[in-house]
Amino acid sequence: MIELKNVTKVFPTAEGQLHALTDVSLTIGDGAVYGIVGMSGAGKSTLVRCINLLERPTSGQVVIDGADLCAMGAGELIAQRRSISMIFQQFNLLMQRTCLKNICFPMEIARVKKAEAEKRARELLEVVGLPDKADAYPAQLSGGQKQRIAIARALASEPKILLCDEATSALDPKTTRDILRLVKDINRRLGITVVVITHEMAVVEEICTHVAILDHGRVMETGTVEQVFSSPQTEAGRRLVYPDGVVIDQLPAANVVRIAFNGGSSYEPLIASLAIDCGVKVNILGADTRNVNGQAFGTMLLGLPADPAEAAKAAAYIKNQPDVTMEEVRDYYG
Amino acid sequence: MADWLISFFSITDPKLVKNITEQVPYLLESIPFAVWETIYSTAVATFFAYLIGLPLGVILVTGEKDGIRPLPPAFMQALNVVINLLRSFPFLILMIVVMPLSLVIVGTTIGTPGILVPLVAAAFPFVARLVEGSIREMDRGLIEAAQAMGCSTFQIVWKVMLPESLPSLASGFTNAFVNILGYGAMAGSIGGGGLGAMALMRGWGRQQFIVMYTAVVVLILLVQIFQTIGTHTALRMDKRTAVGQKRGKKK
Repeated sequence: MIELKNVTKVFPTAEGQLHALTDVSLTIGDGAVYGIVGMSGAGKSTLVRCINLLERPTSGQVVIDGADLCAMGAGELIAQRRSISMIFQQFNLLMQRTCLKNICFPMEIARVKKAEAEKRARELLEVVGLPDKADAYPAQLSGGQKQRIAIARALASEPKILLCDEATSALDPKTTRDILRLVKDINRRLGITVVVITHEMAVVEEICTHVAILDHGRVMETGTVEQVFSSPQTEAGRRLVYPDGVVIDQLPAANVVRIAFNGGSSYEPLIASLAIDCGVKVNILGADTRNVNGQAFGTMLLGLPADPAEAAKAAAYIKNQPDVTMEEVRDYYG
Repeated sequence: MADWLISFFSITDPKLVKNITEQVPYLLESIPFAVWETIYSTAVATFFAYLIGLPLGVILVTGEKDGIRPLPPAFMQALNVVINLLRSFPFLILMIVVMPLSLVIVGTTIGTPGILVPLVAAAFPFVARLVEGSIREMDRGLIEAAQAMGCSTFQIVWKVMLPESLPSLASGFTNAFVNILGYGAMAGSIGGGGLGAMALMRGWGRQQFIVMYTAVVVLILLVQIFQTIGTHTALRMDKRTAVGQKRGKKK
């Protein structure tokens, strides 16, 4: 379990002190895939570097499985870091070593016997799906392949925790999905706790179980991905979950409702069944919905019929749907 | 051979051919040893210059405020001042200044052993700066990755910094070698040996211009040869290039 307790990080700069993190407290359970999301400059990279103490917090505690990293001596910290692996946006592979030697590197510094290390490295190449790249140099690989090698290297030390710092931000969408699937697969099979730093909600949707929203160095909200996606509680959360806002054109002056899908098992054809069951036709004014782990999340703006009786009927019907909440919208006019 | 050379030089500048019967046999006899002396003193001086300069270059990077093992700022400042000071010394003056040191270490101030100490003294600060530059070129992300993997400071230097900057270090090495070769030639003026002494003492001193030009041409050839070898080696070492990768695969 990773516990960050009141972590604050202040950087002295020429223009005075920069508060990268302010009083951050997070608990990341074993086996979770924990997303830390925020805009650029929110302090995500600093936060993840506090977990393995690449950045030493100005104040606060970093506790991993009950042990406070900040209180450790250099030797202890080095031992602890070997159980926390990290992958990076820019891969950070050793360019003068072959892929096999790159994967051997963490074992080499931990003084694992060479033959044993190479055997394990070849197994890891299989795990990441690149068994034929053992003798290739990183410069000969594509971005996605480099990240796979980096993942294999990260697994070589048999870590408890895998930190991913914008690991897919330099990759195209297809490669991003493949890499995320690999990470998720590793999480499931090996039970490694994964911490994912990203500015893309799509990444969180794809693999995370829990999420924390970071804004200006503060944790704005935390929870399961389902909770945060269905009803973001803060402005920062809404900005990330609905980056473009809900597009509304020429709304009628009244009878507009917003419905939120809170993770029903799949999309019920709500609008169609409304028309069939009640004979009421509604107008979709805007929608922003998404599919997270097979569950429906998002909002939809509906214009109800002008006739009060029909509108009431439709509203009653929607309210009876499971996993759907409805609220009237009064504050949007044109 | 001697006859052919005499007739070749006779048809050029008459000033050149003064004492020609004396110069050509001398050249043929002395050139091989002078070349050997030059290469030997350069190689030994380069070795010791790296023995001192390489660790200093590493410390210049690792010891600074944001480095992987910060050292006291006062020490770093002093180190920088000393290196800059030694580098700004004109070589001819430096050679004279370190003569007492030379007496203590190698027991003489003349001949090939006598120029080793001045050469090393002049070259190691330069080497330190070359090494510093090579290591600084390296991607900082690699160091961060190594730290995250739990590398000790020594492991980062030995297994990440130096191997990753090897191609750049190799071209720096060539640079240093060629520079020391040049300094060694200059050391001929205060009693060193080798091609430089031949050109200065015999060629210029006794106005034997064939000797002087020949020694200079041989020096130029040596520089060309070492530079070419160095550049190729650096390129073939670099696994980021197609040439380097090909070489690696064969192994």
